[in-house]
Amino acid sequence: MSADPSTDLVVAPLPLKEQFTRGLDAPICLTWELTYACNLACVHCLSSSGRRDPGELTPGEARGIVDDMVDMKVFYVNIGGGEPMLRPDFFDLVSYAVGRKVGVKFSTNGTRLTAPRAEQLAALDYLDVQVSIDGATAATNDAVRGEGSFAAARNAMDNLAAAGFGPFKISVVVTRQNVEELDALAAIADSYGAQLRLTRLRPSGRAVDTWEALHPTAAQQRMLYHWLVERPGVLTGDSFFHLSALGEPLDGLNLCGAGRVVCLIDPVGDVYACPFVIDRQFLAGNVRDPGGFPAVWRTSSLFTSLREPQSAGACASCGSFDACRGGCMAAKFFTGLPLDGPDPECVHGHGEAALAARGEPPRALLGHSKVGRDGTPVPVPTPVRFRSPARA
Amino acid sequence: MTAFAAERAWRLNPQVALRDEAFGALAYHYGTRRLVFLKSRLLVDLVSSLGEYPSAAEAITALVPEGRRTTYERALARLAASGVIDVG
Repeated sequence: MSADPSTDLVVAPLPLKEQFTRGLDAPICLTWELTYACNLACVHCLSSSGRRDPGELTPGEARGIVDDMVDMKVFYVNIGGGEPMLRPDFFDLVSYAVGRKVGVKFSTNGTRLTAPRAEQLAALDYLDVQVSIDGATAATNDAVRGEGSFAAARNAMDNLAAAGFGPFKISVVVTRQNVEELDALAAIADSYGAQLRLTRLRPSGRAVDTWEALHPTAAQQRMLYHWLVERPGVLTGDSFFHLSALGEPLDGLNLCGAGRVVCLIDPVGDVYACPFVIDRQFLAGNVRDPGGFPAVWRTSSLFTSLREPQSAGACASCGSFDACRGGCMAAKFFTGLPLDGPDPECVHGHGEAALAARGEPPRALLGHSKVGRDGTPVPVPTPVRFRSPARA
Repeated sequence: MTAFAAERAWRLNPQVALRDEAFGALAYHYGTRRLVFLKSRLLVDLVSSLGEYPSAAEAITALVPEGRRTTYERALARLAASGVIDVG
């Protein structure tokens, strides 16, 4: 998930995990991708973003979703994309949400986060900003996010700092290439008084094709676990719970919340079980259906079935099952592994064996990657050309 | 953050919103952005009506059965530490 449900548990009649696996009345961690339009073409984009979808929710429909969140007492929403700042009504929508006390945590590549925009953001209550970089140097970052994207993100951070935004977040997807730069990334965050947020690379979207090359090795995962245990202040969005099988659990819920406490609303209003499973198999409904988002959350057959007891399958006999619960559903699905078996990055190595024995993994059939005139996808990463945030 | 003292008057922090759930309630602090799970209905009732009593101790006496009061006082102390309740 892409939020940070900083958790604190008070008075416990029942194991909370059991409660969460049965689902809540409303999501805790609701991700809302505002647009598939993006001016970058990151090789691991979980939503294969690039082109704006002509069926994107209108400004009126988007406000209606905020109203639904108010009714459901959704405390905050994680806004992403694509690049959310490319939506023409971005500021109207964000202002509307925070005005109705739906807090907003939004992720941006920073390319449109100019000095005046940073000041606008700094003036809003209940708003958090995450600027994405995937390396501590331009070389490491730009190999994944495109040429010029590191400089643009740093410029956005400078603008936020100059505007007195306060402690914004720097969001990093951990890869085989940047895992050696964690200390340097923490130092960048410290230099701004920002919070570092690390999340797990999932083989979703365009990462279906790049996960093999980008995902951290088993030794790197163990190093990452210990690095995180020593730094409880680093946010993880609860995304590394598969590593909790290595010892004491990491901070967070440590379970797959898909359809139970987590879901995704995509730019055209489709509701998926989590942000990392944009595939028809995990599509619960659409906010334009009768009853809107609340009905999809409460009564869709997909979410209802996810809230039923799940089989531990091949993991049932593993002593670590209570710690990792079999890991990430999306990671299994997009690597072609059975959903009731080990995570491909299982710390006991069961995933590697399963990967060796699997059939062909499913191809990503959905996507908004930019295509060339001949209809084939533009190779990524492309050199990024955008207006300099300093001059825009 | 004020240290918890049961003889003082406490209230649900106005920056905190509650959402009822089957297990009790979720509490969200808009200032710290922290989510806290109140894992019993009785705790939710206690926290919600805390502001109506001259002290936390009196609220506990009025609402919590004898024998469970220490548990609930400890829970309030933790909620005070995370800012879910405050002294106003």
